[in-house]
Amino acid sequence: MPVIATIVLCMYACNATSNEAQKASEEETLVGGGQSAVQDNESAKDVVKVAAGSKDHTTLVAAIKQAELVDALSNAGPFTVFAPTNAAFDKLPKGTVEDLMKAENKEKLQDILQYHVFVGSLKADYLQDGQTLNEVNGGNITISKKDGKIMINNSATIVASIPASNGIIHVIDAVLLQPSK
Amino acid sequence: MYSPGKLLSIIIITAVSSASLFSCKPKSAQSAISGDAAGKVYVAPGKYDEFYDFVSGGFNGQIGVYGIPSGRLLRIIPVFSTHPESGWGYSEETKPMLNTSHGEVPWDDLHHIALSTTNGEHDGRWVFANGNNTPRIARIDMKSFRTAEIIEIPNSAGNHSSPFITENTEYTIAGTRFSVPIQGNQDVAINTYKQNFKGTVSFIKVDPSSGRMNIAFQILTPGVNFDLSRAGKKKSHDWFFFSCYNSEKANTLLEVNASAKDKDFIMAVNWKKAEEYAKAGKGKMVPVEYAHNVYDEKTHSATSTIEKQVLLLDPKDCPDMIYFIPCPKSPHGTDVDPTGEYIVGSGKLAALIPVFSFTKIQQAIANKTYDGTFDGFPVLKYEAVLHGEVKKPGLGPLHTEFDNDGNAYTSMFVSSEIVKWRIKDVTVLDRVPTYYSIGHLSVMGGPTTKPYGKYMVAYNKITKDRYLPTGPELAQSAQLYDITGEKMKLLLDFPTVGEPHYAEAIPASKISAGSIKIYKIEENAHPFVSKGEGQTKVERKGNQVHVYMTAIRSHLTPDNIEGIKVGDDVYFHVTNLEQDWDVPHGFAIKNANNAEVLIMPGETQTLKFKADKAGIFPFYCTDFCSALHQEMQGYLRVSPTGSSVALSWGTGKTNPTDSVAKGATTSTKN
Repeated sequence: MPVIATIVLCMYACNATSNEAQKASEEETLVGGGQSAVQDNESAKDVVKVAAGSKDHTTLVAAIKQAELVDALSNAGPFTVFAPTNAAFDKLPKGTVEDLMKAENKEKLQDILQYHVFVGSLKADYLQDGQTLNEVNGGNITISKKDGKIMINNSATIVASIPASNGIIHVIDAVLLQPSK
Repeated sequence: MYSPGKLLSIIIITAVSSASLFSCKPKSAQSAISGDAAGKVYVAPGKYDEFYDFVSGGFNGQIGVYGIPSGRLLRIIPVFSTHPESGWGYSEETKPMLNTSHGEVPWDDLHHIALSTTNGEHDGRWVFANGNNTPRIARIDMKSFRTAEIIEIPNSAGNHSSPFITENTEYTIAGTRFSVPIQGNQDVAINTYKQNFKGTVSFIKVDPSSGRMNIAFQILTPGVNFDLSRAGKKKSHDWFFFSCYNSEKANTLLEVNASAKDKDFIMAVNWKKAEEYAKAGKGKMVPVEYAHNVYDEKTHSATSTIEKQVLLLDPKDCPDMIYFIPCPKSPHGTDVDPTGEYIVGSGKLAALIPVFSFTKIQQAIANKTYDGTFDGFPVLKYEAVLHGEVKKPGLGPLHTEFDNDGNAYTSMFVSSEIVKWRIKDVTVLDRVPTYYSIGHLSVMGGPTTKPYGKYMVAYNKITKDRYLPTGPELAQSAQLYDITGEKMKLLLDFPTVGEPHYAEAIPASKISAGSIKIYKIEENAHPFVSKGEGQTKVERKGNQVHVYMTAIRSHLTPDNIEGIKVGDDVYFHVTNLEQDWDVPHGFAIKNANNAEVLIMPGETQTLKFKADKAGIFPFYCTDFCSALHQEMQGYLRVSPTGSSVALSWGTGKTNPTDSVAKGATTSTKN
């Protein structure tokens, strides 16, 4: 039983005090997390796990966790994730990321991250010059393609593409900012 | 010995080792189950469930019937697929049910079901189901839990937007998922899609007393993909709403090309008007071929008839019948609330859920508040027909069901959750996670005018770690929720067969009393019935041999049969003489290429056996029926072609030689 108590504490560590966790374990039984909690080291990695394995995407991964999008992006998808590098986040005005990571800005962060995700798995070959894609947050991005270079909203360039089990990640060198409506 | 404790600790150790990435897992994805959950789903031994839950089997082509709240599997009803458990598709009597204009299709894909209603409330008569691949609609009789009728849908491909019914089961509706060339030359280049491909929606009239179906008319539509549909209710009784995607009319890589536009459509059809046009002769009969298969409970046999024409309405000749409502991003479910006023479009790629008002739709039509046309049809102005939008409901809305208190419940595939929201002010009230990637959901009585509420079931597409692993393939996971309170509460996981899509639950009392227990032997009108052992015989007609056989605890009559020759087709017509509930007999014979049959009390079923080798072929009862079940057996002797062994049969007499008297039997007269 001490082992079980430990895991209950771990699961609640971020959101609840240990007192609350103890109380919960008496009255309720946790029945599992989302798909990200599935223990599976055989299957190909999903978009979240691929990103988590990249040392250039620690900011993005931290933001995905903060925005509670880990489970959604671990689901069946398929997703096309435009994944800004740490350097891309660093290009934002000083303090922007720190600000977005605050609890009160969670919805804003979700909106920004969802602007980087398309439901559908789009290899680079499928991206066409002039194409608009409606992203998960409802906003559109525009693709431009010139001499083999693919840009999003004329501001971010795809620098690498990594297939994942539930879609594809296009690494981009700038954070996408939704044009004001 | 298996030790749950040990297994748990292994899992926990694994969890800890990879905990770093997800140590701050969002609490929203976790779910706690309260201590009284077990009591809420526990149905004590000998007690019954409150609801029958009819659950489509998806790719298995069947329907699973479960008890709610226990989640116990009560029955599998074969519909579009053969089913060894009941002999469906193997017995000579049921083979015609799987016939189509393309011959026998032994396995189809059954996605959606609809329970018959009167005044929008369940009447406990029939279940309708769609054959998705080779387009068909089936009607299942709730008294026998058997498929009674299957009608093929011509001028259709991918019968997905089906078999939803009008409020009084006047019609069951079939819409095409795939548009295809309709009529005329169909051998066209695929990239001529925009010019040559059309959709249809079919209105299949249901006879109010017998349930017998016939295609009343089809309506030719633009070449989009129809996804789902629902009938209006009460004030919107005369209307039917179809969700459509691929208004881009793409014919390749739809993953990209059918997602280009911000909005697709819900197609609103005034079916009363369509009915009038059909009666007024506005349509024309066009040549088609489709199978209409009917199972007769008196003859215990199915017939398959190929029909040759269908009435096609071209909307060009039928004004004011069809309107298009813009709906964001490839709408999947289009669901009508119990009042008939609100139509919910679930755009599976949309960041919101639009709710349309039937009253506003009528006003927009009256005032011609249009926003252009689509393929010549008026498009109603989005803002003019909108009741409201549920903002940021979750990711990937698919289907919506309703309770009787003005609330809606929408399944969210991408974010794996169910969101409860209030229709009146389109406000999100609660959300619960599902495990994992929910497709359909079902509130008890959710699609009716009087939902029962109480429970809701999530039908998930991904199972992964919810059960003990069983290799790469896992049973689909369903989850039961208590929706009596403000917060939805998870009660139970239960496995389902196939891959459920739509499911519909009905109070047990609406069905259980009418469930038949036996088929009356005196009403058996099967052409090869033996209503008693005295009527058993063996008849030769050329190389066809008909064995009129009976089964009763614990012998088969006849059980010794000789005089069969290599090259003969032997038909074992087995009548189960039992008149006792739950005492079926089975029949199997060694080397039969056609498996077995199972025969209900009072029923006759036929197994065809091809005699292709000389020898002795034992046969026996396959369904444990009595203490002497194992003695319920017999022998068939097959002699070489041209052999002089005479036809003989009997039970209870040991034949001394090959030359016994024809027809010798000592069995008693029944």
